[in-house]
Amino acid sequence: MTTAEAHKNSGIGRDLIVFLCILALALIQFVIAYQEISGSQMFVRMLIVAIVEAALALLFFMHLWDNRGLKWFVLIFTVAVILGMQYGWTDSFRQVNGVPWAK
Amino acid sequence: MSQADLSIHGQVSRTGATEIMTAPTFSVPAKKMAMWLFIIADSATFAGCLVAYGFIRNATPDWPRPFHSIVNVGAMTLILLTSSLTMLIGVRSADMDDKAKAFLWTMITAVLGILFAVLHIREWMGMIGEGATLFHNPWGTPLFSSLFFSITGLHLLHVTGGVVALIAVGLKYRGGLHNADDLEITGLYWHFVDLVWMFVVPLVYLLNLAH
Repeated sequence: MTTAEAHKNSGIGRDLIVFLCILALALIQFVIAYQEISGSQMFVRMLIVAIVEAALALLFFMHLWDNRGLKWFVLIFTVAVILGMQYGWTDSFRQVNGVPWAK
Repeated sequence: MSQADLSIHGQVSRTGATEIMTAPTFSVPAKKMAMWLFIIADSATFAGCLVAYGFIRNATPDWPRPFHSIVNVGAMTLILLTSSLTMLIGVRSADMDDKAKAFLWTMITAVLGILFAVLHIREWMGMIGEGATLFHNPWGTPLFSSLFFSITGLHLLHVTGGVVALIAVGLKYRGGLHNADDLEITGLYWHFVDLVWMFVVPLVYLLNLAH
């Protein structure tokens, strides 16, 4: 099925539901910002919500859901980037733990 | 269009072998594939910037938290997310061959993009008015201002480019020079700009909210 055919078949209803879900997730991020939790907990929670938001946008706004080959292509790349980011963040925590102001 | 031109797009083939050689990669037309490759490369750029920001933020004592209100960033987020929906409606209209509606929704998306940019610049002017510049930060380490203006500036540059592309492709689509596929490819870029903002907001704004 081509993307254009998928558009015609899926209808605006699905787009609207996905939009509302992303809007709700964005609202959750703002609520998390006002929680009395540590910075690292806040970061983890916000990042999880952001990843879910991005996945919804990729799958439905950018129509990866309708294109199996491209879905795998992007998935493999995304995992590689997240692993790279994980290395960066982990290493920064290692640096922080090695300095006098670390808690 | 010549036979050779058509075969490049995998639409015409004389033998099975030719069809295999000319079939679009991942069943995606060449132009769309090019946009995906650009998006993937640009994701790496933003990911690199955000990781660098996180690295520096963690390694810097007394990182400033200068944001007191979420009203402006909340409005900007709402506008950008809504612009993705209007873009979807535009692309869907183009798929249905409703040219006038597709053009209208594409232009609404561009207007929302302009509104986002205006709010962004207004926020920047407020911060600059308080003494924050690329190399100076009144709330502590200058690294905060450098990273804030660099990351949000890079995103704003993408939004500005997106608005120009939306207007240009929308006008050419209305004039018959571009087709629905071109509008969809421009839409892909616009959704990507929206997607990046989903990470910029929590990491750059919300984690730096004053409590």
